[in-house]
Amino acid sequence: MLRACLRGANATARKNYRRIPLTSLQQCRHYTAGESSSASKVVVAGLLTVSGGIGGTILYAKWDHKFRAAVEKNVPYSDWLLGLALGPPAQDPGLPIKKRVRCCPQLILIIVTGHKVSRELLLPSVFVSRLEASAEATHIISAISEVPSVPAPCDTEAAAVKEPMKERPVEEVAARLAQQEQEEQDISASVSASLEDSLASSAKATLQAIGAQEAALQAIIQHTDKLKEAMEAEVLPEEKSNQWKDLEAALADRTTALNDARAALSKANESLDSLRSVIDKSKGLKISSVRPLVLAAEENLHNMVVDLDKMVMKVQSAESEAKIVSQYSELVNEAKRQFQREVSSLTPEIQANWKGLTGKLSTDDLNALIAHAHRRIDQLNRELAEQKVREKIHVDAALEQQKLEDQKALDNAVNTVLQHVKEEARLEQERKLAELREVMEAEMRTQLRRQAAAHTDHVQDVLKVQEHELKAEAEQVLSSKMLEQETRYRQLTQEQLDNFTLDMNTAYARLKGVEEAIDSHVVAEEEARKAHQLWLSVEALSYSLKTAEADVPTVPLENAAQAVRDSCRDNDFALALAAALPEKSLQRGVYSEASLRARFNSLRSLARRVALIDESRNSLYQYFLSYLQAALLFEKSQEAPPSQLSSEDLDPFKLLSYASYCLEHGDLELAAKLVNQLRGEARRVVQDWLIEARLTLETRQVVNLLSAYANAVGLGTTQAP
Amino acid sequence: MSEKELGKKWDRCLADGAIKLGTGLGLGIVFSVLFFKRHTWPISLGSGAGLGMAYANCQNNLRSHYMLHRGDKEQ
Repeated sequence: MLRACLRGANATARKNYRRIPLTSLQQCRHYTAGESSSASKVVVAGLLTVSGGIGGTILYAKWDHKFRAAVEKNVPYSDWLLGLALGPPAQDPGLPIKKRVRCCPQLILIIVTGHKVSRELLLPSVFVSRLEASAEATHIISAISEVPSVPAPCDTEAAAVKEPMKERPVEEVAARLAQQEQEEQDISASVSASLEDSLASSAKATLQAIGAQEAALQAIIQHTDKLKEAMEAEVLPEEKSNQWKDLEAALADRTTALNDARAALSKANESLDSLRSVIDKSKGLKISSVRPLVLAAEENLHNMVVDLDKMVMKVQSAESEAKIVSQYSELVNEAKRQFQREVSSLTPEIQANWKGLTGKLSTDDLNALIAHAHRRIDQLNRELAEQKVREKIHVDAALEQQKLEDQKALDNAVNTVLQHVKEEARLEQERKLAELREVMEAEMRTQLRRQAAAHTDHVQDVLKVQEHELKAEAEQVLSSKMLEQETRYRQLTQEQLDNFTLDMNTAYARLKGVEEAIDSHVVAEEEARKAHQLWLSVEALSYSLKTAEADVPTVPLENAAQAVRDSCRDNDFALALAAALPEKSLQRGVYSEASLRARFNSLRSLARRVALIDESRNSLYQYFLSYLQAALLFEKSQEAPPSQLSSEDLDPFKLLSYASYCLEHGDLELAAKLVNQLRGEARRVVQDWLIEARLTLETRQVVNLLSAYANAVGLGTTQAP
Repeated sequence: MSEKELGKKWDRCLADGAIKLGTGLGLGIVFSVLFFKRHTWPISLGSGAGLGMAYANCQNNLRSHYMLHRGDKEQ
């Protein structure tokens, strides 16, 4: 039926398929493509999810170290992956430095608060050496509130670093404090020394620079003056030449002075920079005792810088003036040169230095010269007029320029002054801060002294209480230990006694056991002997059973039975068995199986002949019929009896053949049972045989039982070697 | 021996039969000669009676075990 359905479905499918082949193909393709696309979509989605998960895990592990540790612990190979992505896991730095700074002063709080707190708080004092206690004095008041919450990370880190520390004694704390102070002092001394050194050097350099600048200034001024003199003064030529020489010397001086000044300035700047760096470094050390030194140094530095700047400014202004003057002198020189050129052009022969002119020129030359001079004067007057006209413009331009320059100079000056002012303000602020700090520190010290006093009182009380407690505890411990020892002693003695009695008991028991064993051995031997006797008597009985001959029964079993009875006087079982022997066997003996067999064979024909006779049929005619039946009926002489007799097996002939078979095979019992099934006359005929057979069977059974029993008893009592 | 009983019974039967037959025959002959003018019928009567008695006796003998006797009943 299923196949029919499938076939029908296939047929309909094929029909449908044939109707829309193309579209279905396309659909198929689309379907497969869609399938593949959906599969690829699923794959892509899965990949995205997985990569997103991994990425998210890595990011979160980067942010949260505990999560990272948890992931590394639980997921194998994740530590490799995370190490690859994020680098080795950063060790927990414990508390950040700020908090550490707050932790440290709790070294001082130890003296103030109780033991437990102190144990936890002492741990971070490992870091005390580097940090100043007083600076955090301002934080102590705020830190008191943080006491219970702070220690945990410090705790773990310090525990990882060192074993948990016990409370350190006051001496150690004081020693540590002293050590700290000593260190601070050393540092401050070194810092002050360095500061002084650098201050001195920078002061020297600055002074030198200032001196050099002064010298340069002087040189410049001198040079300028000399130049001005040279320009303007009309002196004798020798003096002029002297003047010019002096000017040159002055110029040389100026240049050297300027160079010296520059060198000195640079040196001073260097030293000032070094001083500044030293100041910064010492500021970085953050030790309070150094602060005033630092402040003073800073002030000195500032002053030096200011002086230096002033000097530099002066020099610069002098230089600018000198520049103007030199420009003027250049102009003048230029004019003079031009004039000389004109003169030389006019009077070519006088090429030499026109200073030595006087007295050598002729009147023509002089006239020419004068004419030239007049012309020159006219020209110059014209130029002067022009110049006067241009003067305003030039002056305006110059003023503008000057304004600009002045503005620049003003700006610079303002900037420098502003810087100086700012610097001064900062210094002032720092000075004020230092003062405030000192004040606060003094206050803190008084508070701490008070707290220390309170703590000592408290500690004393607590110690007294503890003493009592400990004494009580110790006494208790002692008493308990004593009790323990006593009980143990008693226990041990008791144990010893017990062991001794136990040993005695075991020895006695063993002795008893040995005695019993011996007795039981005797008893067992007796038993064995008796069993042996019994067995012998039973053997005799069974032997006497064999004395039966062809038609003669056995000897009367009375004697043997008596012997058996004698040998088992106290054995009820054997006695009972012996009593179970049938009387007749005792008096008369029993027939052997062979004789019974022979007798049966003769009985059989007789039984066959009267097979038909019973209570209802016992007339002579029936006898005749029975005889006829016996003559005409043939059965097997021996037939194996079935395990269960059915009603048709109760036919006398069959029974007799079964019984013959049994007898031939030695089964008297079954034969008797079968013969017992005969009814009527046949039964009457075999009655005696049956009785004899029963007797034999009984006797045999009893004898077998006795023999088995004797064997069993004998086996029981005999001991294997 | 119970098996010999039957034999014994048969012997008695036969003996008894022989006797009764003979006696009946004899008496029949006697009576036939004496009283019944040598007819054969008294001989056959006598022998038949004798045979019959023997038969009955034999049968009774053989049945005797199965028959309840008056004496047993009383017991």
